[in-house]
Amino acid sequence: MSVAILRQGDYVIASIQSDLSDGEVLELRHELAEMVGRHRSHGIVIDVAALDVIDSFVARALRSIVLTARLRGADTVIVGIQPDVAIAMVQFRLNLEPLRVALDLDAAIALLDRLTQGDAVDGG
Amino acid sequence: MEDEVRVAINADADLVTARAEGRAMAERLGFPRPDPTLIATAISEVARNIVVHVGCGEIVLRPFEDANRYGVVVIARDEGPGIRDVEAAVQDDYSGKGGLGLGLPGARRLMDDFEIASSADSGTTVTMRKWRFRDELASLREERRRRA
Amino acid sequence: MDHEPDRAASDEEPDQRTDDQSAHRSEDADALLQELVAYLRENRTELREEWARRISEAKLLGVMSDEEIFSEATEVYDNYVDALETGSIENLQTYARELSERIIPRGVETHEVLGIVLLLRDVLARSLFAKYQGDLELLNRILDSYEPAANRIAVTVGVSFVEERERVINEQQEAMRELSTPVLQLRDRLLILPIIGVLDSARARQLTEQLLGAIRDNRATVVVIDITGVATIDRTVANHLVQTVEASRLMGARTILTGLSSEIAQTLVDLDVDLSMMKTVGDLQGGLEEAERLAGYRDADASDPNGDAAT
Repeated sequence: MSVAILRQGDYVIASIQSDLSDGEVLELRHELAEMVGRHRSHGIVIDVAALDVIDSFVARALRSIVLTARLRGADTVIVGIQPDVAIAMVQFRLNLEPLRVALDLDAAIALLDRLTQGDAVDGG
Repeated sequence: MEDEVRVAINADADLVTARAEGRAMAERLGFPRPDPTLIATAISEVARNIVVHVGCGEIVLRPFEDANRYGVVVIARDEGPGIRDVEAAVQDDYSGKGGLGLGLPGARRLMDDFEIASSADSGTTVTMRKWRFRDELASLREERRRRA
Repeated sequence: MDHEPDRAASDEEPDQRTDDQSAHRSEDADALLQELVAYLRENRTELREEWARRISEAKLLGVMSDEEIFSEATEVYDNYVDALETGSIENLQTYARELSERIIPRGVETHEVLGIVLLLRDVLARSLFAKYQGDLELLNRILDSYEPAANRIAVTVGVSFVEERERVINEQQEAMRELSTPVLQLRDRLLILPIIGVLDSARARQLTEQLLGAIRDNRATVVVIDITGVATIDRTVANHLVQTVEASRLMGARTILTGLSSEIAQTLVDLDVDLSMMKTVGDLQGGLEEAERLAGYRDADASDPNGDAAT
């Protein structure tokens, strides 16, 4: 399977192991949307460290996952973008709104903690 | 000078091969980072177009060199229905929504030269090149000349 | 040591005579070499002085003082004669490398090293001429022993020096590259990249690689790029800088650009460079304070509580 998904507390962690096909993207989006609903998760971390190329297709896939998750009440953080991949994405001018990013899993969880706390404070 | 490499594009798995071959050739030719990743990304865009929109085609990777440059040519070829509005396909409106979703403006930004020929009769051929000057000194001189 | 009298050729069978002659010749050559070595050692002082004189005349080793030249000359001479005696170049190579390590930082150049070794070869050859000129046949035999050995020594010393020089140059270039784009960790998760000098595409590319690598290795969340030391910047480099900042963002780090000269500030405005992704602060001190705020070392302002968007 191209993606390994596990739960860590209130969050869902998805590690993308290799490039996804069209079908696999839809599958992943569906899976994550389901999990968020089932477990009332407030956060998703998508780890793309294994990807040595992120092209417009993958960027669109990530965005669609993020938007879908938001509708189900979860924030998503993308982690593990490699230096050369980051440069390629920037030079490519991939549209990256509304992605949140962090360097790695620890940073992502710290960020999600802050975000979900913030939501709680706002009463949302 | 090494030979060209051809990768048949028929399925998703072939994208992995095309990217890997492109990266490997770029590294063998001596491209410094991040160029191998830029080249692999451009290959990913054009190869994916073939898989998604046409179903079969090929990627040709060809090294080239001249007096003071070295580089690689990437040719993405298919015999599909062609792109009706090639202008729009390469149009860069900087909003990320342009380019008809084909990723061609992006691929063009990653490479140094970019040409596309497309028609209903002969399908689509995208030719892209990335190159570097052989030595830093030559590239610095060229830069200064361009700035002057 | 006296040399052996020649045996009468007619006493021997033809083949055996040839074999004996070669064996005789190589024993002879060996013996000659030993005689030569002894002579060179006996006359060490005068020959060395002669050599040093020739070095000054040729204006070689200008960067070294007379005492230094004398001391190195002594060592070179002794090693030279040892190499002649043993026929082994290993010790000579080791010595030549050590000598090179010493004199390269002083600025001694390749032609000087080759020059002094060839001068020594010549000084010794001439003194051999002087000593054996009465017996040309013997002189020839002596030179037959001496010349190949002397040439091998010259080549060994020359090659060792050149190799050592290349090694030093590569090291220096590497060190300069490190120095020229250093990324320093100021505090935990806070990096600073001071850029000095001319910023061209090649350096900018290298800078980006080093910065992104440092962000990953140090898990940095804030980067300060200081360009106080950069006089001018053009469109290509400005765009590159912006791309670097955006790529850093994708790795979870915010960037603060400090030290923009008024010229660079105007250039950036004229070029219509998109600076929306980074904070710019005029002076380094202010930039560092802002960085510490962003990194959570000082009280943050309420204006940017989350600040983790990719754009």
